[in-house]
Amino acid sequence: MGLNVENLAARRGDDLLFSQISFELKPGEALVLTGANGSGKSTLLRVVAGLLRPEAGHVSFVGAADGEARPAGEVSHYLGHRNAMKPELSVDENLSFWQDFLGDSDGGKGLSILEAAEEVGLGGITHLPFGYLSAGQQRRFALAKLLVAYRPIWILDEPTAALDAAADRMFARLVSGHLAAGGIVLAATHQPLGLDGVKELRMKGFAGTVQDIAA
Amino acid sequence: MSTTSLVISKVTGLANPTRFLALAARMIPWMAVITVLLFAAGLYMSFASTSDYQQGYTVRIMYVHVPAAWLAMMCYSVMALSAIGTLVWRHPLADVSHKSAAPLGAAFTLISLITGSLWGKPMWGTWWVWDARLTSVFILFLMYLGIIALNRAMDDPGKAARVSAVLILVGFVNIPIIKFSVEWWNTLHQPASVMRMDGPTIDKAFLWPLLVMAIAFTMLFFTLHIAAMRNEILRRRVTAQRRLAARMAGRGEE
Amino acid sequence: MMALFLRDLKLSVRAGGGALIGVLFFMTVVAVIPFGVGPDLNLLSRIGPAIVWIGALLSALLGLDRLFQAERDDGSLDIILMQDTPLALTVFVKCLAHWTGSCLPLVIASPLLSLFMNMNEVAIGAVMLTLFVGSPALTFIGAVGAAVAVALPRGGLLVSILVLPFAIPVLIFGVSATYAAVEDPAPFMPPFMILSALTLLFAALGPVAAAAALRQSSD
Repeated sequence: MGLNVENLAARRGDDLLFSQISFELKPGEALVLTGANGSGKSTLLRVVAGLLRPEAGHVSFVGAADGEARPAGEVSHYLGHRNAMKPELSVDENLSFWQDFLGDSDGGKGLSILEAAEEVGLGGITHLPFGYLSAGQQRRFALAKLLVAYRPIWILDEPTAALDAAADRMFARLVSGHLAAGGIVLAATHQPLGLDGVKELRMKGFAGTVQDIAA
Repeated sequence: MSTTSLVISKVTGLANPTRFLALAARMIPWMAVITVLLFAAGLYMSFASTSDYQQGYTVRIMYVHVPAAWLAMMCYSVMALSAIGTLVWRHPLADVSHKSAAPLGAAFTLISLITGSLWGKPMWGTWWVWDARLTSVFILFLMYLGIIALNRAMDDPGKAARVSAVLILVGFVNIPIIKFSVEWWNTLHQPASVMRMDGPTIDKAFLWPLLVMAIAFTMLFFTLHIAAMRNEILRRRVTAQRRLAARMAGRGEE
Repeated sequence: MMALFLRDLKLSVRAGGGALIGVLFFMTVVAVIPFGVGPDLNLLSRIGPAIVWIGALLSALLGLDRLFQAERDDGSLDIILMQDTPLALTVFVKCLAHWTGSCLPLVIASPLLSLFMNMNEVAIGAVMLTLFVGSPALTFIGAVGAAVAVALPRGGLLVSILVLPFAIPVLIFGVSATYAAVEDPAPFMPPFMILSALTLLFAALGPVAAAAALRQSSD
């Protein structure tokens, strides 16, 4: 049960960014990746999400319902540096599109758009075009996107960039709520998330060249 | 009456959109009534007029075609004046004026093109020929559409207005070309018969309905133009309010 | 999937969308032809179907490069790639939405431009019908080019260059079906059936190839 990462390695060009990374996250557990810029945090997240092919190792998720292993990407939310929202459409249109398109994974149910907007503290302005909002507000609605469709795993890349202190607390509340409901969170950040009892993985960057693996 | 919007934007240079809105609210009903009355009279006169011995009933297309073509050119001239207002005086009403005139100009140009080809099919035996007059009017139509597309493509209305003002002024060279194309080139389209230095050559029986229709079309244009300007101003205020709402949201919790 | 279709359609009609620009480009391309070849009506009516088809082909390619690039720029593409719905199906729906938003207006505008080309009623109907049947093929071929060029910063021109050679068969049979409808000896159905077959073929092939290209381009 949970997210399983075994012996993962990935490269950029000829250099290995990381190798032999293994961890296991059970429902309700969170892992925070820390490290300097370029240490491979984003790459590791994209490999786990299934967006990049690993050089070695594999990633799998075993669900509570069927006990079958499947690619982790299918049951994950991925929030990258960009918000995946269209500035021409209203917040409401954006969120309802993602709600319909993503659908709920087994074992949970997403919030309605109104509830999700209330959760991120911006209940009254879902009718506005996304492009009118400030960077912080846009990021908050990108977080609301995680709530409208249920996914057991959240993969978050610098989720609190562009957020102020109040929004940081709001984010910590969302994450602990997700963990309490049996979710898994995998986040890369260099700011403290304000969460207790999370594992931490320190990325060092450069783990040798590709030839090292072969040898 | 016809120059109210221009007088406001050019002479005083002080008129603010709010005063314009108040003025527009008072004027639009009156102008609409006058337009309807003029159209009633003009259409009655058009249908009551005798038919041409060569053209038969198709001559009546002229009562729509000619005023629409005049309006197509006049609308562009209004836009060019507004464009000067935008570039020289930087007056916000001028921005609104040429932006809201473009769709009207496109509509009048389309009407003149369609009525022209409806007339051309029985008279010339073809819907369309590529002679100088028709081609230059078609280019005018494309220019209107281009200006509309340019305005739509830009987010910031102030910047869009300045850029399209430059485009409008550059495109103004087309207007004299349209006007004099029938004289400079030997075209299938007949030369001007009303607006001539030596007086109109058209028969009085056709001239009066044509003039009434022309005035009716002009009134229609200015009524629609002022209404469209009002809508554009209101639309910008709604946008401003929504941006304000976005800025205010989420302030409470800090 | 319906949600994706509706969203893409909305985006193409909203401010800055491609629908109006495509039609405008179409009209401008067709309008400059008489300046080049001269205003001879007989000549124009003879080359008219080909001109309208070429104009539609070029306009159909115009907005294609943004098909996936816009999704990539704001990060939506990542999320679309992660889902367990077949990617080819998603691409297919995106193509349909793009066709409805950008190519259908061209089909609707084509009779007007055919009049400018002095074509008769049969030819106008034939051009409209062949464009209606043939233009989806252009979108599906274009999707492959758009997917291949998605990661390139200035992919727009490259997409056109990549796609045009594959669009030639569609052009050949579209134009020859139109001429067959106008000129008596040649039968209309054979080229028209081949055109339909091309559309169906590319409707099956294009999304699969585009999906494969999108998977490779992720970084």
